[in-house]
Amino acid sequence: MTPSRSVVLNARALERTLARMADEIVEQNDGTDDLVLVGIQRRGVHVAQRIAAVIAAREGVEVPRGALDITLYRDDLQTVGPRPIVGRTDIPMAIEGKSVVIVDDVLFTGRTVRAALNELADFGRPARVRLAVVIDRGGRELPIQPDVVGKYVEAQAGARVDVFVLEQDGRDEVVLETEPVA
Amino acid sequence: MTSPLGKDLLGLEKLTAEQIGLILDTAEPLKEISERTIKKVPTLRGATIVNLFFEASTRTRISFEFAEKRMSADTVNVASAGSSISKGETLVDTARNLEAMKIDMVVIRHNSSGAAQFLAERIESNVINAGDGTHEHPTQGLLDLLTLRQRWGSLKGRKVCICGDVLHSRVARSNIWGLQKLGAEVAVCGPRSLLPSAIGEMGVTVFDRIEQAIEWADALNVLRLQLERMEGGYIPSLREYNRVFGVTRERLDRAPKEILIMHPGPMNRGVEIDSDVADGPHSVILDQVTNGVAVRMAVLYLLAGNSPRLAEAAKGGV
Repeated sequence: MTPSRSVVLNARALERTLARMADEIVEQNDGTDDLVLVGIQRRGVHVAQRIAAVIAAREGVEVPRGALDITLYRDDLQTVGPRPIVGRTDIPMAIEGKSVVIVDDVLFTGRTVRAALNELADFGRPARVRLAVVIDRGGRELPIQPDVVGKYVEAQAGARVDVFVLEQDGRDEVVLETEPVA
Repeated sequence: MTSPLGKDLLGLEKLTAEQIGLILDTAEPLKEISERTIKKVPTLRGATIVNLFFEASTRTRISFEFAEKRMSADTVNVASAGSSISKGETLVDTARNLEAMKIDMVVIRHNSSGAAQFLAERIESNVINAGDGTHEHPTQGLLDLLTLRQRWGSLKGRKVCICGDVLHSRVARSNIWGLQKLGAEVAVCGPRSLLPSAIGEMGVTVFDRIEQAIEWADALNVLRLQLERMEGGYIPSLREYNRVFGVTRERLDRAPKEILIMHPGPMNRGVEIDSDVADGPHSVILDQVTNGVAVRMAVLYLLAGNSPRLAEAAKGGV
């Protein structure tokens, strides 16, 4: 049996989803005051940029953005095999007392978010940290929950959910791939 | 799983261009950690690193120590004059004792060429060469490459001249191999008494006059003139050396293009390099120091992926 591949969100749907996520972020924050978006490398950074663009269009405010690469904070570095490539962390603003929204593409085990929270804490003490993800596919291994979700996807443990973004992949699409049944 | 660099970092001669590129690519994002208020990431938490220095060093040892601490490793410094003791026996003994204390990595500086490899073959821990005799000083070579790459983007076709005491310089050797692998053209310039007789076999151009080197080069790596060379009769006097081979403002002003100035330190101002050059607009000497910490963090990160003990511990095996 070949792996089945289904499109969860096409380009138009992804655009609408990101726009709604932007609205929800502004709504939950009661405006854009002190709001900071921090994307997790690599696709979370692109998603954060899209959301910021929507907020800029609707609210007329440029929300400050940063990027986190969580590689050095991973809890599985000694077991994953060859060393993962380290990406760039860039938090160009003080996050002390800010309302930070961590942005990522897919939320699965929660371990990436755990690493991101630890790394963020090394930059200061935000007043509030929220989590916004395009896809929540379930399967958490840590007590971490999102505040803003683009779409919930029921995915089996062996399945893959990929968020493709124009900036990196040349197309906008969310795809679910299920493993062949043995 | 093996590290892309293998177990140890002994020299740049044995590395491929891809491996060198990986270290530099890893070092780039690590620079940011040293800019943070909390200059620390948890990556090497629980790893024990011994800095084993059989030879005097300030900059390199401190740079390694900062790199280790910023990666959250536990570090121990062992300094030893070690001159009167038989070197081979001392090293083996020291190594066995260290292993018995369950360490993960050793950073070694030793006045004998090949000491790092000797150690690496006898212990399980990762070994990083911090300078062995007149052989190699790979992390210095790497930080020089990173500094040039940051300025130029790519080293392909760029011309770098290494000036001064090439004969006794492990920095020169690591530089020559590293620069050539990344596609740069390399020359050396200095008194013939301070150039290895077989220098031509390394595929480098030789300049007898500093003016020729300045006319040719995009960058000069000015080596420290070790003052003890005076006693060895290699050069007539420091003043004479400065007059003939010193990198001075007047000489650089006649260069056809802008030349980057590097120096591995510590500098003898007024001997191999003049102060207004060392502190001038084209000097990247302090960039080299900053990059040194990042390059060493990158090497630690990449090698630690090959620590059998840490891997076992992570699996719950030990």
